[in-house]
Amino acid sequence: MLQRRIPLVIVFITGVLMSIQYFIPHPVSQSAYNIALTWFRGVSSMAYAIAVISFVRHHSRRLKQPQNSFYSAVALAAFLFMCIVGFGFGIEEGTVFYKMYLNVQVPLQATTFSLLAFYMASAAYRAFRVKGFEATLLLITAFIVMFGVTTIGNYIPFIPKLTEWLMAVPNLASKRGILIGVGLGMISTSLKIILGIERNWLGG
Amino acid sequence: MIWIYLIITLLGNAPPRVFDVPNDGGNALRVEWQLPPDSLGKVDSMLILRKTLPEGKVDTIAKAFTNHPEFVDEGVNYKKAYRYSILYFIGPVQIQSKWSSPAKPIASWIDTRKIPLFILMILYTTILLVYIFTARKGRELYLRPIAGLEAVDEAVGRATEMGRPIVYIPGLSTISDVATIAALNILAHITKKAGEYETKIIVPVRNPVVYTIAREVVKEAYYTIGRPDLFDPGQVYFATDSQFGYAAHVSALMTREKSATNFFMGMFWAESLILAETGASTGAIQVAGTDAVTQLPFFVVTCDYTLIGEELYAASAYLSKEPLLTASIKGQDQMKLLIMVAMILLSLLSVFGVNITLGLF
Repeated sequence: MLQRRIPLVIVFITGVLMSIQYFIPHPVSQSAYNIALTWFRGVSSMAYAIAVISFVRHHSRRLKQPQNSFYSAVALAAFLFMCIVGFGFGIEEGTVFYKMYLNVQVPLQATTFSLLAFYMASAAYRAFRVKGFEATLLLITAFIVMFGVTTIGNYIPFIPKLTEWLMAVPNLASKRGILIGVGLGMISTSLKIILGIERNWLGG
Repeated sequence: MIWIYLIITLLGNAPPRVFDVPNDGGNALRVEWQLPPDSLGKVDSMLILRKTLPEGKVDTIAKAFTNHPEFVDEGVNYKKAYRYSILYFIGPVQIQSKWSSPAKPIASWIDTRKIPLFILMILYTTILLVYIFTARKGRELYLRPIAGLEAVDEAVGRATEMGRPIVYIPGLSTISDVATIAALNILAHITKKAGEYETKIIVPVRNPVVYTIAREVVKEAYYTIGRPDLFDPGQVYFATDSQFGYAAHVSALMTREKSATNFFMGMFWAESLILAETGASTGAIQVAGTDAVTQLPFFVVTCDYTLIGEELYAASAYLSKEPLLTASIKGQDQMKLLIMVAMILLSLLSVFGVNITLGLF
């Protein structure tokens, strides 16, 4: 019982205090906020230690599974190597750690990111298939917008203006509609947690 | 002649005027000075001097511009008083204005600019509380069906029938993001549902803090349904904090494990399409929910069901069918109605030239 009640009390007190703090610019209030941030950083750094243990444990377990052993071995080897060169020789510019980051990690991330172009093409194909009225409308709108941002589109008199209007009026209006709902949803969720009505973050 | 005129003008120059900057923590003062109009362009440069009281220490705080006779000094403390002076450079000659009278910055206890926001917050909280108390009295409240949430049972059932796992992604953001908290709330429900059918749920996490919470959420969910034995510490794990490294890991996971159902809930960025498109290619049933407006089109295209914006926040109430949580959704809808009415009325007033909201928020 206490295991649940104590976190709920802490969340209630902290939530109410931090909500009030937002409206008070006085240094006393600001220092309270800074203390909260320091605590958050402290908790985060501890969480990193736990996360690293989870990473090592997860991949060590998978070493026993033939289907995943190779990938997990690579992950663990890369992790250990970076730890050794990082702790042993530093992470400053010019070190092995820095070179590995710049020449291995960054290109790998860029490669994954670049895959997005292909995924976008296949997603666009799926989205623009004419299946009904709405899909047709989407196709026509997308065609105008895509055409409007190309060089050729700029030579047709009404296309750039139509593109601009589509982006600034219907598109922005629907975006704002979603954002108002999101804002209210955020406040509502925060209030539910502060008041202890929503307890699923404690597991239900 | 001009030189003499200018020197005389500047020697008689009034000291700068100092004002407190309102609605701040007492860490700023606004300094204003005035030059005679014919002196513009003749003064080479100007320096603002500050004397801290009671020590009397003089600092040069900034170089001023002759065409912008105002400066906000943000390096002051509300416990001390300050005096200001302007130092003019005219060729080889330096002329200093008189020192201003002492000014002390005031640390405000309330930011008056945020009062409209505070009133709105109180109004919204009141509406929510009214609905919550209504629900406590036992009145039933109707929630419109949300296809994506109706499909949760179907999605979990499919995984059970196929004997394959469920992959749950609680977004890539930190715990400070409300969308992540909403995603963790939904995780609890889905874990309970999956636990009832003994279906495995895999939760790879990107953020270390989110990982520790997600792990506890899953563990507690199994406890709640009376099946603590189903909790496997390896099912919730920290993958990596690299954005595209995480995308690569989850893509590989979905392909290798051949998950029957994928849930993408929370905050996503550019990796959303990589994750959802890979999941779609494996033939899994996919339910997504995000408040990231720019990622919504990708999820709509690649997932079977998508929770748009606020539906993500309503999901927990919808899945639990708990009256108090449902009441908060009704309160949210009422506030939205109020905002819509206000927007229409204020837009109409604006058309007729009455701009009463300008500068209010």
